[in-house]
Amino acid sequence: MLQLFKFKGGVKPDSNKTPSVQMPIGIAPLPPLLIVPLHQSIGGKPNPLVEAGERVLKGQLIGGADQWLSSAVHAPTSGTVLAVEERVAAHPSGLPTLSVVIEPDGRDAWIERTPLDYTALEPERVREILRDSGVVGLGGAVFPSHAKLAAAKSVPMEELIINGGECEPFMTCDDILMRERAEGIVRGSGIFRDLLKARRVLVGIEDNKPEAVAAMKAAVEKLGENFEVIAVPTRYPAGGAKQLIRVLTGKEVPASKRSPEMGVQCFNVATAYTAWRAIAHGEPVLSRIVTLTGNVEQPRNWDVLLGTPLRDFVALGKPKSDTDRYLMGGPMMGFEMPGLDAPLVKATNCIIAGSPKLFPPLAPEMPCIRCGACAEVCPHELQPFEMYWFARARNFGKTQEYNIFDCIECGCCSYVCPSHIPLVQYFRFAKSEIWSREREKNMADAAKARFELRNERDEREKAEKAERLARAAAAKAAVKKAPAESVSEVQTGDTSVAAVAAAPLDAEAVKKATIVAAMERARQQRESVQPKNTEGLTVAQRKEIAEIEARRLPLQELSALNADAQSSQRKK
Amino acid sequence: MNFTTPPYLTQDVSVQRVMLQVLAALLPGIAIYVWLIGPIVLVQIAIATAASLLAEAFMLSLLNKPLGLFLGDGSAIVTAWLIALAFPPLAPWWLIVVGSLFAIVVAKHLYGGLGQNPFNPAMIAFAVCIVSFPALMSQWPALDRQADFSEQLALVLGTVPRLDAMSGATPLDALKTALKLGEGNTTVATILADAHHFGYFAGKGWEWVAVAYLLGGLWLWQRRIITWHAPFAFLTGIVLFAGALWLWDPAQFANPVFHLFSGGSMLGAFFIVTDPVSGCTTPRGKLIFGLSAGALAYLIRVFGGYPDGVAFAVLLMNICVPLIDLYTQPPIFGMKSKP
Repeated sequence: MLQLFKFKGGVKPDSNKTPSVQMPIGIAPLPPLLIVPLHQSIGGKPNPLVEAGERVLKGQLIGGADQWLSSAVHAPTSGTVLAVEERVAAHPSGLPTLSVVIEPDGRDAWIERTPLDYTALEPERVREILRDSGVVGLGGAVFPSHAKLAAAKSVPMEELIINGGECEPFMTCDDILMRERAEGIVRGSGIFRDLLKARRVLVGIEDNKPEAVAAMKAAVEKLGENFEVIAVPTRYPAGGAKQLIRVLTGKEVPASKRSPEMGVQCFNVATAYTAWRAIAHGEPVLSRIVTLTGNVEQPRNWDVLLGTPLRDFVALGKPKSDTDRYLMGGPMMGFEMPGLDAPLVKATNCIIAGSPKLFPPLAPEMPCIRCGACAEVCPHELQPFEMYWFARARNFGKTQEYNIFDCIECGCCSYVCPSHIPLVQYFRFAKSEIWSREREKNMADAAKARFELRNERDEREKAEKAERLARAAAAKAAVKKAPAESVSEVQTGDTSVAAVAAAPLDAEAVKKATIVAAMERARQQRESVQPKNTEGLTVAQRKEIAEIEARRLPLQELSALNADAQSSQRKK
Repeated sequence: MNFTTPPYLTQDVSVQRVMLQVLAALLPGIAIYVWLIGPIVLVQIAIATAASLLAEAFMLSLLNKPLGLFLGDGSAIVTAWLIALAFPPLAPWWLIVVGSLFAIVVAKHLYGGLGQNPFNPAMIAFAVCIVSFPALMSQWPALDRQADFSEQLALVLGTVPRLDAMSGATPLDALKTALKLGEGNTTVATILADAHHFGYFAGKGWEWVAVAYLLGGLWLWQRRIITWHAPFAFLTGIVLFAGALWLWDPAQFANPVFHLFSGGSMLGAFFIVTDPVSGCTTPRGKLIFGLSAGALAYLIRVFGGYPDGVAFAVLLMNICVPLIDLYTQPPIFGMKSKP
């Protein structure tokens, strides 16, 4: 038996998971309209690949990944694109986001699917397929999975953690997925293991889901894998990636590090499942399991198409009459959906119908009495009351000293606060303030650099202009004068300047000379450790040099002519 | 738009509930106290509570803070009860009122109200009164000459002159005075043998009040209202110094058990140094805070001029809290050096 570790802190809210696992996964019916946001993952915003009026097939690419850290989006069913426009997003802000609105034709006609044997493919190709199939972290963070599927260069991948923790109350989508589709999860985990070359695969499941543990164990055995399926103590947030890594391996991944640097990587069970479907069946991510629970008559898990409007989805559960809100995600870290028009997306793991009875309004905020209850439950062992103190005082530097960026916003602190302080909100506020200040500072720095560069350029151009004018004037004068005039040798030690000066004096040459001069200046700057006598010259000095060079020019031309003449004579 | 923020679930906790549990934990101690001194203790508690609540209401209205919310939080009542329990039970009513007013108005609200006071308000009240009215603050009821309730009430209300025969010193004070008067010729053992003042292991009667406070404190710890750090360290601080000096000269220094169950040791350990607002917040900080306060309390009560040292020790340590907290920040997740 594997030795389990503990993480500090955490809370034990009522799990409320039973009601939604009484029924098997239901297949949600086709809604009359699908609103598919293009930006459904962390990273870049996919570009729309379809236009209004276009017919699409189920699984057809409608949003292409625009960069490496981005993930493709597909048509969840066949139908007609009605519009590509801004629609309200599944986000607490309710701000609109570019979405593809599809009217299903009811035929659900697939594109051509090509099952692949990933073992015959280059790992890089497998990652590409995952990106273009829209495989992202379905635990809620929606981080593009392909970007997590590389081991660190110097650290071998010791453990691959498959996260079936699901510690949020009410939520059962992973539980039911493990119960019903364990084989797919195990196969997907196998793909991840092979890509990461992980030595061990550990499946962590909270011990309040014995059926899921049994199903996963059975699947592992059936497929002849050596994964370890481990029941971990139920304590929120044991399903947080860092907490589960800690519990299973004893490793603590700080905010400053990525887990592969410590030889461990973590994926949600649903992510592993979709990865397997994408590779072995050629099916991109078009739907996901969403728990519909809370204040509804029929709590249940549904396999629902992405882009299904909330209105159509919640109707499946028959919400009770006093329902006043819908939460997306769990009650600890979720948020209130901005409206019934918002669509379900890849991040939607759970929809909870809320009522004043289920989620009573928070009691009025009292002053902090420094009781330290928040610090006791913080799984990252922070001092939330200190961060709150400084966030309130807008002393954001101090909040960073108290490691505010290690906060995972799990909500344990707010959960136990006797003063009912919305601590997480204060921390989000402080973080966003710090980010926006950093952005402002970066912009100011960039503007300053631009300004300095411009000043430098202006000065340089002035000098070059003077140089050019002087050179032209001198050349004119030199042509008039007798070429035999004696010239004292000037030690410049600078062959390129001489070479430039030797070039014919047309516009092209002047341009070339400017470039060469600029390169020369750059070289001199690099070598500025040892100043030369050609450096730091005043405009007047440079003018003088240019005049001298100009005077030397005809002489050199003459000698070159002579040399030519001599050689040609010899040939004759 | 109606912005709501996670978490949508919260534990059924409140400041009021925390304060009520602290008050409940004081009840056994108060019960024994009443048995020992008489119902006058309840009168004093009532006076302190009324004065504190009035002062609180006045300050809250002055600061335009919601009265219902803050008066109901119970924090003023906790302060009031601690004042009533720390002051001599037969102290005149106005002394309790002065202490309560000073605690609520100056120590609490002038520093910003609930959660903002750097000093423990009850201990400020005690310190102010013992400095300003040392004689009144040192008159404790003589247990061997039990007065009846009407007599006590008359004393408290000031309708009869205060007679010296009615009052005495605390066991701690009595021991100190006797040792001083004995000029080295008498021993702790002979003094403690005096059944008028001393009981089984500390002051007669008082020792059981202290035991009751200990039980109340353990209940608070079991309820997770307080952590073990500060009380344990505070009592350890007393035991360390008391034990060392007692081992060095048992004739001149009382044993650690006597000190643990005398004066304000137990009340201080579980109800004063555990005050979250004015105390340290980090586990190591609480240990340092408690240990230092315990040591100081012992030194002041044995070598200082006051009958007990808990109030001054706690106030002195309150000053150090920000510094201690700053240097005892625990390492965070992922930032601990590997074992």
